[in-house]
Amino acid sequence: MTMEAELSDDERTFHRTIERDQRVEPRDWMPEGYRKTMIRQIAQHAHSEIIGMQPEGEWITRAPSLRRKAILLAKVQDEAGHGLYLYSAAETLGADRADLTRRLIEGRQKYSSIFNYPTLSFADVGVIGWLVDGAAICNQVPLCRSSYGPYGRAMIRICKEESFHQRQGYELLMTMMGGTTQQREMVQDAVTRWWWPSLMMFGPPDDRSPNSAQSMAWKIKRHSNDELRQRFVDMTVPQAEALGVTLPDPALTWNAGRGHYDFGEPDWSELTRVISGDGPCNALRIARRRQADEEGAWVREAAAAHAAKRQHAHREEAA
Amino acid sequence: MPEEPGSAYDALTDHEDDARWAYGTGFTDPLAGVSSAVPGGADREALTTYCLMLGDDALIMSHRLQEWVTRAPEIEDELALANIALDLLGQARLLLGRAAEVEDAGRDEDSLAYGREAGEFRNVCLAEPADADFAHLMARLLAFATWRLALLDRLSASADPVLAAIAAKGVKEVTYHRDYAARWVVRLGDGTDLSHQRMQAAMTAVATQTGELFAVHPVEQAMAAAGFGVDPAQLRPEFATVWSQVLDAATLEAPADPAVGVGEGRDGRHTAALSGILDELQSVARSTPGGVW
Repeated sequence: MTMEAELSDDERTFHRTIERDQRVEPRDWMPEGYRKTMIRQIAQHAHSEIIGMQPEGEWITRAPSLRRKAILLAKVQDEAGHGLYLYSAAETLGADRADLTRRLIEGRQKYSSIFNYPTLSFADVGVIGWLVDGAAICNQVPLCRSSYGPYGRAMIRICKEESFHQRQGYELLMTMMGGTTQQREMVQDAVTRWWWPSLMMFGPPDDRSPNSAQSMAWKIKRHSNDELRQRFVDMTVPQAEALGVTLPDPALTWNAGRGHYDFGEPDWSELTRVISGDGPCNALRIARRRQADEEGAWVREAAAAHAAKRQHAHREEAA
Repeated sequence: MPEEPGSAYDALTDHEDDARWAYGTGFTDPLAGVSSAVPGGADREALTTYCLMLGDDALIMSHRLQEWVTRAPEIEDELALANIALDLLGQARLLLGRAAEVEDAGRDEDSLAYGREAGEFRNVCLAEPADADFAHLMARLLAFATWRLALLDRLSASADPVLAAIAAKGVKEVTYHRDYAARWVVRLGDGTDLSHQRMQAAMTAVATQTGELFAVHPVEQAMAAAGFGVDPAQLRPEFATVWSQVLDAATLEAPADPAVGVGEGRDGRHTAALSGILDELQSVARSTPGGVW
C-alpha cells in the first residue's frame, strides 16, 4: 500500500493546499500538530508584541521633544494593535486570549527574548527601531506567505507598519548623530549593546534548531535561521556606515567570494540563558504584565457583569 | 533567496507614510490653509497666555494617560488610552505652537514644554493627579473631556482662525474621549458590587476637583470679551447635564456640587504632583543640553 492511500481525504486536501502554496483557512481540516504549532507560534508572536511595548514604552513620558513623543506613542500603540490582530488570529484556531495571557504570565509560553534587555537611554528607542524592528522584519516578511491564512494576512499589515517604525528609528539616530558629542556617544553605546542580541533574534544556528524542519515542510516557516541572519547583516552593515557607528564585531568583513558579509558567532550561551528566564529583565517584564492583568481583573469582571445585565434586560423586554 | 514577483514583499516597498501606522498619529497638518497672522487688535500677551492654558491642560492630561501605557485592563483599552493621549498631545503641540507664534519671542512648542518651571504652567489642577485606579482615571477623563468638549465646541467660533481650526479638530477627538469615559463609568457603576463602590468613590473624589473648571481667570474673561476665547462659567450647565446623565445611567449617586474654585492652576499655583510630572517629562531634554531631536 502506498503512502498516498493511507491518507484520508482531509489529509490529502491539506497536503495539496500546502504543496500548491494556497492558504489553510480556519474551517479547513488540519493536522492537530499543525494547529498546535500555529497556536504556539502566533501566541508567542502576540506575546512579543505586548511585552515589546514595555522597553520603549518606558520612554514615552520622557521623550525629549513633543514630535518624538508622538511618534513613540503611536509606535507603542501600533504594537498593542499588532498584539490584538495576532491574538485574534490565534482565536481562529480555537485558542482563547485570556488563556494565552495566563500561559504567558505563568511562564508556560515564551516571547521574543530581545525584550529582556533594558533600555538605558533615549538612543535605545532609535536603535530598537533600526536593529530590533529591522531584524523582526527580516524574520516576519516570509511569514506574510505563511500557509495559515489569518496569520499570513495579519503579517502583511504588521510588516508594513514595522518597516515604517524601522525608518522612524533610523531617522532618530541620524538626527542624534548630527547633534552633540554626548548624543553621538549615546547612539554608539546603544548600538554596541543591542547588536548581538539583535543577531540572536533569528534563533539558534540551523543545526541546533529543533522545530525548524517540520515548520519548513508545512510552509509555516520559509527560510532558515542562518539565511535570515545573513540577510539582516548584509542589509544593516551599509546602514551602520551611513550612520557613522561601529558595529561591535571585529570579524565583520565583506566576503567578495560569497557576496555576503562574514561575521562573528554570537554568544549562544547568552541566548540560552535569556530564553530560559535568566536575562536582565525577564522577571521585570513578566511582573509588569502580571500586574496589569491582575489590576485589570475587576474591570474586566465588571464589564462582563454589565454586559450580562444588559442582555438580561433585553430579553425581559423582548418577552 | 529569490523573491517571487507579486509576493507580499512588494507591498513593503511603497512609501505612503501615513498608511504605515496602524492607528495613525494624524500627521496631516490641521492648519493647512489657515492664516497664521495674529488678528489685528489682539492683546498678544493675553492671547499667548490663553493658548498656554489650553495647551498645558492637554499636555499634562496626556502625560497622565501616557503613564497607563502597558497598564490597561485589556488590549482594546491600551489602544483607546494611547489614542486619547495622542489626540491630546496633538492638541497641546498646536496650542503651544500658536502660543509661541503669537508671543513672537523665539520660543517653540518644545522650549515651552521642556523649558518652563511648574509655576509657569497654566493648566487646571484636574489634569495633575496620578490615578489611584482605572475608575479614577475614567472619572477624571469624563470630567476633563466633558468640560473640554463644551469649551472647544464654543472655541471653534473664535475670532482667531488658528484657535478656531484647532478647536474644530479637537471637537471630533474629544467627543470620542467623552464617549469612551462615559461608557466605562456606566459599565463600572452598573457592573459588580466592587466596581460600583470603586466608581462611586472615584466620581465623588473627582467631583470635588471640578470647581476650578468654571472659575473665570482675568485672561479668560478678556479673551472671551474680545471674541477669541470662551467664558468658562458658561460651560457649567452643559457639564452638569452630561455629568448627571452619566451618573444616572451608571446607577451612581450624584456627589454634592463643588463650589466654583479660584482657578489656582490658571495662575501657576499647582499641586505637588505637577513637579513630579515635569521632572519626568523634562528629564532627557534637560540632561542633554544643546541636543537635537
